Amino acid sequence: MAREFIKGNEAIVKAALLAGCRAFYGYPITPASEIAHAAAKYFPRLGRTFLQAESEIASIQMVYGASACGQRVMTASSSPGISLKQEGLSYLAGSELPCLVVDIMRGGPGLGNIAPEQSDYNQIVKGGGHGNYKNIVLSPNSAQEMCDLTMLAFELADKWRNPTVLLADGYIGQMMEPVDFPEAVLEVPEKPWALQGEAADADRLINSIYLVPEILEDHNRQLQRKYAKIEEEEVRYEEYLVEDAELVLVGYGIVSRILRSVVERARGEGRKVGLLRPITLFPFPKVRLRELAEGGTAQVFLVSEMSNGQMVDDVRLAVAERIPVEFYGRMGGCVPSVEEILEVVGETVRKHGATV
Amino acid sequence: MAKKILRKPAGFYDVFERKPGDQLTTHYCPGCGHGNVHKLLAEAVVDLGIQDRTILVSPVGCSVFAFYYFKTGNIQVAHGRAPAVATGIKRALPHAVVVSYQGDGDLAAIGGNHILQSANRGEQITVLFINNAIYGMTGGQMAPTTVLGMRTTTTPYGRKVNNEGPPIRVVELLSSLDGPAYLERTALWDNKAIRRTRTAIRNALQCQIDGLGFSMVEILSPCPSGWKLNPDEAHEWMRENMAPVFPPGLKKDVRAEREPFFPEKRELTAEEIRAAVDLQIEEPTPYPSELVKPEYADPAIKLAGFGGQGVLSAGAILANAGMEQGFQTSWIPSYGPEMRGGTAHCFVHISRHAIGSPTVSNPDVLVAFNRPSLEKFEPELKPGGLLLYDSTIIDVTPKRTDIEVLAVPATGLADELGFSRMANTVMVGAYVAKTGILSREAIEQTLPLAIKRQNLVETNRKGLARGIEFVEGLES
Ligand SMILES: Cc1ncc(C[n+]2csc(CCOP(=O)(O)OP(=O)(O)O)c2C)c(N)n1
Ligand code: SF4
Repeated sequence: MAREFIKGNEAIVKAALLAGCRAFYGYPITPASEIAHAAAKYFPRLGRTFLQAESEIASIQMVYGASACGQRVMTASSSPGISLKQEGLSYLAGSELPCLVVDIMRGGPGLGNIAPEQSDYNQIVKGGGHGNYKNIVLSPNSAQEMCDLTMLAFELADKWRNPTVLLADGYIGQMMEPVDFPEAVLEVPEKPWALQGEAADADRLINSIYLVPEILEDHNRQLQRKYAKIEEEEVRYEEYLVEDAELVLVGYGIVSRILRSVVERARGEGRKVGLLRPITLFPFPKVRLRELAEGGTAQVFLVSEMSNGQMVDDVRLAVAERIPVEFYGRMGGCVPSVEEILEVVGETVRKHGATV
Repeated sequence: MAKKILRKPAGFYDVFERKPGDQLTTHYCPGCGHGNVHKLLAEAVVDLGIQDRTILVSPVGCSVFAFYYFKTGNIQVAHGRAPAVATGIKRALPHAVVVSYQGDGDLAAIGGNHILQSANRGEQITVLFINNAIYGMTGGQMAPTTVLGMRTTTTPYGRKVNNEGPPIRVVELLSSLDGPAYLERTALWDNKAIRRTRTAIRNALQCQIDGLGFSMVEILSPCPSGWKLNPDEAHEWMRENMAPVFPPGLKKDVRAEREPFFPEKRELTAEEIRAAVDLQIEEPTPYPSELVKPEYADPAIKLAGFGGQGVLSAGAILANAGMEQGFQTSWIPSYGPEMRGGTAHCFVHISRHAIGSPTVSNPDVLVAFNRPSLEKFEPELKPGGLLLYDSTIIDVTPKRTDIEVLAVPATGLADELGFSRMANTVMVGAYVAKTGILSREAIEQTLPLAIKRQNLVETNRKGLARGIEFVEGLES
């Protein structure tokens, strides 16, 4: 194991190289630029491609081209740039091309600001581009996970032939923490569908156009079956003291770190509070949430996001009104404090008469 | 619409199995220029011996289904993006011959920036640009290359210079760039012109094969359906209306001056990869926890001062050293809305336990490097917390009585060493000596990692030592 004290944004790049990523196509934007800076430094050292494209629209299409040739490939941006990448994401999904897209979310809408928000949830988890498709979405909450989930993202993308998004925020990107980088480098699987610049290519086609409605419907059905299997096999989440919790906090990314401290403080005051943190946002841990709502000790969920409440919709769908779901959000780059959420915990308890 | 049967060159599939319906003819209208160009390209690919390694990028437009026909590698892409996709392909497979086949709407309107930028990068691809002065596929709308006065479904009164502007001459535009190696405009209006087109396509492909850079042929091409003319009239119309605006000819050819470029392929071992990304394998040296004074264990530290005082790097040194000694640590700079007014601060955790929120409202330790930071953050400090401040430059004393205060004349001590900018490491030394939280060796080890200018590491080491001595002097 190689341990380094490192910024989350930089950990992504080292992890990508260990994962066998061959090319990085980017366009500068705060607060994701450090990823491009680190990629510009390290990719050429290994004889791999780093290219600053003319726009986010172009960079995701370069990713499309590289992925079509079987390369592990990535791009990174932040919210306004991700909006521009949506066209490419739809084509990648339609042509079933694996890749890694990193979104270091910032404040919106419009130019917003460069402070951390989580308001890209809908545009990333719900599609964002046109068509009936899904991205696999991973949500790190530490520098260590910036490394681990980057590597996992490449594996999942190849396993499912699907674009995968690492959805982080400016805070996780800027934070420095110890990271244990694995010793082994990942093997890239054979891709018998990919273009190789060889005779076999004549039987291969990278494509998202299906003119005949029934054939396009078949293609869509096959995609939906794939997404259903991903939902069966790839759900990941972390729980903290939920076994006996009467109030369960739900949050992802940097908010989940704050919620962890909230749980510790609340427990210190003798309150039965726990935390469920989705690590995969698609597939969403809805089965686990339903279990907690149905069978367990939970009497109320409190969801917190740095947005107007986007993931909370998925929690509500999963919980299906079995128990109440409350929401507390901050926007514009304001990060909720532990004390602030503790207060909301108190209010929630008073409102719902939970014994906590 | 009657379909034209192509005499199939070897570069085509025998049967167009990807095509719904009739699999022997193309989908192009009779007299359409796409058919001619397809044939010229298919023949060239075979004659140049590159069929196996050719990858054709099909655009959006009437040639969206070019992949039905070419027995090569095929990829279909978004409207206008073909040069960007081709870039990704060529960088991945430098030995491949990558052909971006595009119409005028695709290339000159929605994809205008991509063609410009890939040409300027000298991207090693070949672009075949079908200029038919109209959007064929979507029903005869205006293209960037529609000539003035021409009626289309979106210029029913004719293209007007004051509304749509004049047509774009793409190869001339690109010829002003240094990137392209070969740019030619040809036409399809008679056999002679078609022969020249054949040669130009081969030249452009050869340019790529030889590694000489970006090549493109703009081909004036009939769209009888869009123009509402029969094929013969269409040829006449091209000569009369397109030739004056888009004069055929070689616009740029610097192949002879170019050095061939073929990127080298490198396969690295795991060890080489790790070395290249600066990862060294080493185990942390766990810190004997009995050395930490219990009242100072697991601190949440806030360091604050002016930008430029080394506040952020002081924090990073502490957190990095903490990691070296086996602690959980985190460092986060003031960020977003807090980042105002020229002051900088950061939070550091050094803990035996997993760290939740990296920021805290009420830190255990405040290290204040200037007066505004002291005044602003002193009230936040936890009761019983520890406050260190630079008493050389802060001319007020802390107000609270429920905290422990250590005045460190950090700037003064650094001045004595001849480096007033070392006040931050003096402060780090003072904090470590006061709390016993980290070993001096661990801090010294991390200095080279946290300090960008390596020639300053030694002076920082002195600053650190001075801070430690200062506290030891107080305590003895
Ligand atoms: C993003 C997007 N916008 C618009 C379209 C609709 N569209 C399809 S083809 C085309 C124009 C094609 O014209 P051109 O490139 O000149 O090719 P031609 O059909 O004349 O060969 C347009 C606008 C699309 N497919 N995608
Ligand atoms: S519409 Fe024009 S460009 Fe399209 S196939 Fe017909 S003739 Fe060719």
